[in-house]
Amino acid sequence: MQKTVNKAPLFHLTKRPVLKARETWAIRIASFFVAVIIGCLVFLLNGKNPFAAYGNIISGSLGKVTSLRQTIRIAVPLLGTALAITPCFKMKFWNIGAEGQITAGAIGATFFALTFPDLPAPVLLLLMGAASVIFGAIWAFFPAFFKAKWGTNETLFTLMMNYIVIGIVKWLQGGPWEGKPGSQIIPNFSKNAILPKVFGIHCGWIIVLLLTGFIFIYMNYTKHGYEIAVVGDSPNTARYAGMNVAKITIRTMLLSGAICGLVGFMVASGAHQTLYHSVADGVGFTAITVAWLAQLNPFVMIIISFLLAILDKGSGALQTNMGVPTSVSDIITGVFLFCMLACEFFINYQIIFNRKEKKEEVKA
Amino acid sequence: MNTLLNLLISAIVNGTPLMYGTLGEILTEKTGNLNLGVEGMMYMGGAIGLAGAFYYSKFAGANANGILAVIIAILLSFLAGAAAALIYSFITISLRANQNVTGLALAIFGTGLGQFIGETMRVKEGGYITVSNELKTYFYSSPFPAFLQNIPVVGKLIFGHSIFVYLGILIACAMAFYISKTRYGLNLRAVGESPATADAAGINIMKNKYLATVIGGGISAIGGMVYIMTIAGGVWNHEGLAGEGWLAVALVIFCLWRPLNAIWGSFLFGALMILYLRLSLPIPSEIYKILPYVVTVVVLVITSMRRKRENQPPESLGIAYFREDR
Repeated sequence: MQKTVNKAPLFHLTKRPVLKARETWAIRIASFFVAVIIGCLVFLLNGKNPFAAYGNIISGSLGKVTSLRQTIRIAVPLLGTALAITPCFKMKFWNIGAEGQITAGAIGATFFALTFPDLPAPVLLLLMGAASVIFGAIWAFFPAFFKAKWGTNETLFTLMMNYIVIGIVKWLQGGPWEGKPGSQIIPNFSKNAILPKVFGIHCGWIIVLLLTGFIFIYMNYTKHGYEIAVVGDSPNTARYAGMNVAKITIRTMLLSGAICGLVGFMVASGAHQTLYHSVADGVGFTAITVAWLAQLNPFVMIIISFLLAILDKGSGALQTNMGVPTSVSDIITGVFLFCMLACEFFINYQIIFNRKEKKEEVKA
Repeated sequence: MNTLLNLLISAIVNGTPLMYGTLGEILTEKTGNLNLGVEGMMYMGGAIGLAGAFYYSKFAGANANGILAVIIAILLSFLAGAAAALIYSFITISLRANQNVTGLALAIFGTGLGQFIGETMRVKEGGYITVSNELKTYFYSSPFPAFLQNIPVVGKLIFGHSIFVYLGILIACAMAFYISKTRYGLNLRAVGESPATADAAGINIMKNKYLATVIGGGISAIGGMVYIMTIAGGVWNHEGLAGEGWLAVALVIFCLWRPLNAIWGSFLFGALMILYLRLSLPIPSEIYKILPYVVTVVVLVITSMRRKRENQPPESLGIAYFREDR
């Protein structure tokens, strides 16, 4: 017995009482700098000057008006998708199928863009938007339905749905919607099917900013938002309080899929002006990390998605100016995510060293 | 007959990388860790395994020993995956971060790092990275003597594969035995099903989770190396692994978390991936390629509907464990 007492661990962990906002952000900002320093190491190991590299990233993404516009263009779908995922994640429904829901939305939009290219722009764009919302929601419905009905694991289900819809786009590309025979490319949209630009960026950015406000209000000030929070914390409590958990699950997922679909419309019509199999381009996955790092706070998501967009755009400049492969942006993004994920631990837990206490016990 | 035989053989070739990816992920998920970073780990394994074989053959020159090159590639890719899984383990097990998000971060990081290493090598070594033909044969020729391979009909099918096929089957059998027939395996499963119960029974949760995840990551990463060295022909190209890692995550479900199922499951998926090349079918090939995912969804739905206990995902899959939580 004596031995087991001696083997008491050096420290133990307890949940922290809630930290002040200032301290929480101090920890987050500190971890951001840790990530920046690790990023320096990545460049140093590669024999590049880290200051020049970071300088290139910043100037390449923010230096000129055109590059700033492109950076915002990258940030728009990231933010939109992060917002879409927020209700699901709050409900602890791990929807990692945003990639597929975006693609499904893009299919819906493309259908109208290709079938009625000559409709007046406002009508056509509205039709495309509506179709994208419906397609995104349908794609989200299946996992939600099976989760609500039989408890099917939603993480794995939504993940599979991504590859199914991407496969469908590949088929459309080479089959029914192919432009020139043999090209494997869907023709570009007609002028009427392209989102108008505001300040040189397709107007998706306005939609996304509006959505930010909407999600904030929806999550914090509506009955739906409250129900989502309760189901997320404890489905049993929700049931006891008379909430229909299955209905809430499906409704929330439909909303999430609908917004993802809308993002799909924006990237297809605004950014690419056509549909191709990687129209979502990993946004669905990156957005999950955005939402999570922002602690599901819509306004913080604006900052984080912009930050990741800077990295993404800036890495292009790195390649042209310093000969660093663009994949470095993924490495830095990964490091950044790891650090931010790790820092949450220090916000939620505190480490208590056991040694002192033990000595006191011996004395007593 | 010959067509069928050829189909089977190329199904096995195409399924082998998947087998490693799946086996590693099964071991990981058995302890309740859902590591979605398989794609990232396989990328790292692929790039670093290729780098090992390439630089070995470069430095050893004409005296390069093929068997040694294979061993180096296996070891390096294993270490790469294990290192990646260690990052994941530290963040999710010790620091209790969300597993889904951490796994996705690892997928982003790993594919980035793999591409980065591959690209950097390509630029440094003059645009084209490949291992000498003589060494390559060690990676995809059979380790068995010719007379065994020349047995009519079954010779090629049983003895004609690369060393990796046999190693993978060996790992699968060992893993199946370990998980379901030993005490340590029982502990491992207990940790995945109900960590609180396991903890109360005196099982070291941390150790089990760390070991399984790190070793699992290493095994998955070997799959990436096998893909690059056999299917991609020992060359680094832009496509990288083309989603093999995600397919491995799917296959874990299809196999119902059982290592032995991973053997035939991966060959079946391998067959599904290439069948459209061999048989002319009325369905378009792109639709055909999504079949593995559709089949996986169907399996997932059916198992959840039938609620057979032994077919369910590990109970605590995806949930971080903290002793003081209620």
